[in-house]
Amino acid sequence: MLAFGIIFVFALFASAYVGEVNISEFVDGLPSFFNYFHQTLPEIHAKTFQSDIADWYWGIDKWMSFLWDTVLIAFLATLFGFVFAFILCFAASRNLNKNYWTYFICRRIMEIARSVPELVYALIFVFSFGIGPFPGVLAIAVHSCGALGKLFSEINENVDLGASEGVLASGGNWFQVVRYAVVPQVFPNFMSYTLLRFEINVRAASVVGFVGAGGIGQELMTSIRQFLYTDVSAIVLMLVLAVSVIDVSCEKFRHHIIGQEFLV
Amino acid sequence: MNQQLTVNVITNMYQQYPAVFRRPLKQRLVRWLIWTGFTAFTVYCLAQLGFFDVGMIAEGLGKLYGVVSFMLPPAAHGRFLDFLWAIFETLGMAFIGTLLAALIALPMGFLGSKNVIGHPVFHFVLRRLFDFIRGIDALIWALVWINVVGLGPFAGILAIACSVSGELAKIFSEAIENVDRKQIDGVRASGANTIQTMRFAILPQVFPVILSTSLYYFESNTRSATILGIVGAGGIGLQLADRIRVLAWDQAALIIIMILVTVYLIDTMSNRIRHHFIKAPEIQR
Repeated sequence: MLAFGIIFVFALFASAYVGEVNISEFVDGLPSFFNYFHQTLPEIHAKTFQSDIADWYWGIDKWMSFLWDTVLIAFLATLFGFVFAFILCFAASRNLNKNYWTYFICRRIMEIARSVPELVYALIFVFSFGIGPFPGVLAIAVHSCGALGKLFSEINENVDLGASEGVLASGGNWFQVVRYAVVPQVFPNFMSYTLLRFEINVRAASVVGFVGAGGIGQELMTSIRQFLYTDVSAIVLMLVLAVSVIDVSCEKFRHHIIGQEFLV
Repeated sequence: MNQQLTVNVITNMYQQYPAVFRRPLKQRLVRWLIWTGFTAFTVYCLAQLGFFDVGMIAEGLGKLYGVVSFMLPPAAHGRFLDFLWAIFETLGMAFIGTLLAALIALPMGFLGSKNVIGHPVFHFVLRRLFDFIRGIDALIWALVWINVVGLGPFAGILAIACSVSGELAKIFSEAIENVDRKQIDGVRASGANTIQTMRFAILPQVFPVILSTSLYYFESNTRSATILGIVGAGGIGLQLADRIRVLAWDQAALIIIMILVTVYLIDTMSNRIRHHFIKAPEIQR
């Protein structure tokens, strides 16, 4: 216990040193932080309520279209991630693939894809493809492919092999085993994880814009950098609302899917 | 049951129970409509996000090939110690950020749990506040804090503390709501006031959960701390963005590898500590 205490205190001081923690700077900065928040709040009076709201959300059309782009980026990235994870996951499950090398290669591809953060991929892709939503989709798709592939192959490894023995016994090849014995068992779980990934990807899509990869992030960063205070609060509020609406509806849909049996 | 399966039997079956062999028309139509709609939406997305701009993609792929070939082999060019220092900075950011978040979240968790403060409106408002704080990404917090305390790792620490405190407060308050009622009654019966009840009846029960959750978040914050620097909040991300800006791709590749190794080490270490030191059941997340 004491040893852990000493390590903890040491880690604390070392971190404070390398992290350039400066209490006096923080205390000085604290009022300006609250000031910042105060400034982001729009002035809304009961008398001129409607025009005040309209004034606060002056850019609603533009922001809505960026928000829509963000959702599209997340959708497409999830779709691509799903497709590639689906292709890789069967070869990356030990119970379905007895060939060590293909197993090893598929596993490593997925590992590399998921361990590098989306934003790093986005930096590289923005450099190659230029500013816009295209590199954003690619970056999130690569990361999702790795993350989903891992989950998918874990589901595959827990599959009941009785059905696949049946297909093998009636003369099915490997693809037929996967198609008729494994996929029907795992598909609802795949869908559930994919929907969960879509929720995560909406959040990711809203920040890849910070490095120029499209979506609402680009607009948000401009308004933060240019100190357009009320714009910041307007966009953040929109974003949080949109994300929570998507979360709630995806959760409903997920529970609906898990309860259902997929026969075809 | 020893009827032999012949073509005759199958056609007979088909005529008797068509629904077993083929789905009813309505179901097929609905399925067809869903797939058409899905495909149309996908094509619309592709068009909207520039996937049909063949020239751009071809040029980009060429550039991407160039980037990857410049990345190999990764090299430090004498900056390895700078990078290592930045890694430590990242770890420090994650550590202090998590600690701060836990310190903020602990009282918030007590306030936000139903069995400590029973007022439903208060509970609802506080929980929605947690959700709102949680909903704002650490990168957004980082941009805001950069405006307040300037560029550097300190902004990153505060960003982590802000975004994670909402999440931790939610988890803590749920843990507090699930404590065993009997111990509270016991401590109350011996004449304790509210603060003493929290200290002696609730805290000992939730402490393992708090520790193991905080450790888990330290792990996940290490990941987010690596990218906070990309928007200017210090740590290894700052170095990475900087190296990419000057097109030193081999150094950028080295930094990416260093990030992967660090994250891997922290993962294994915190797993060890969790299993070895805190013998609490894994939290269902």
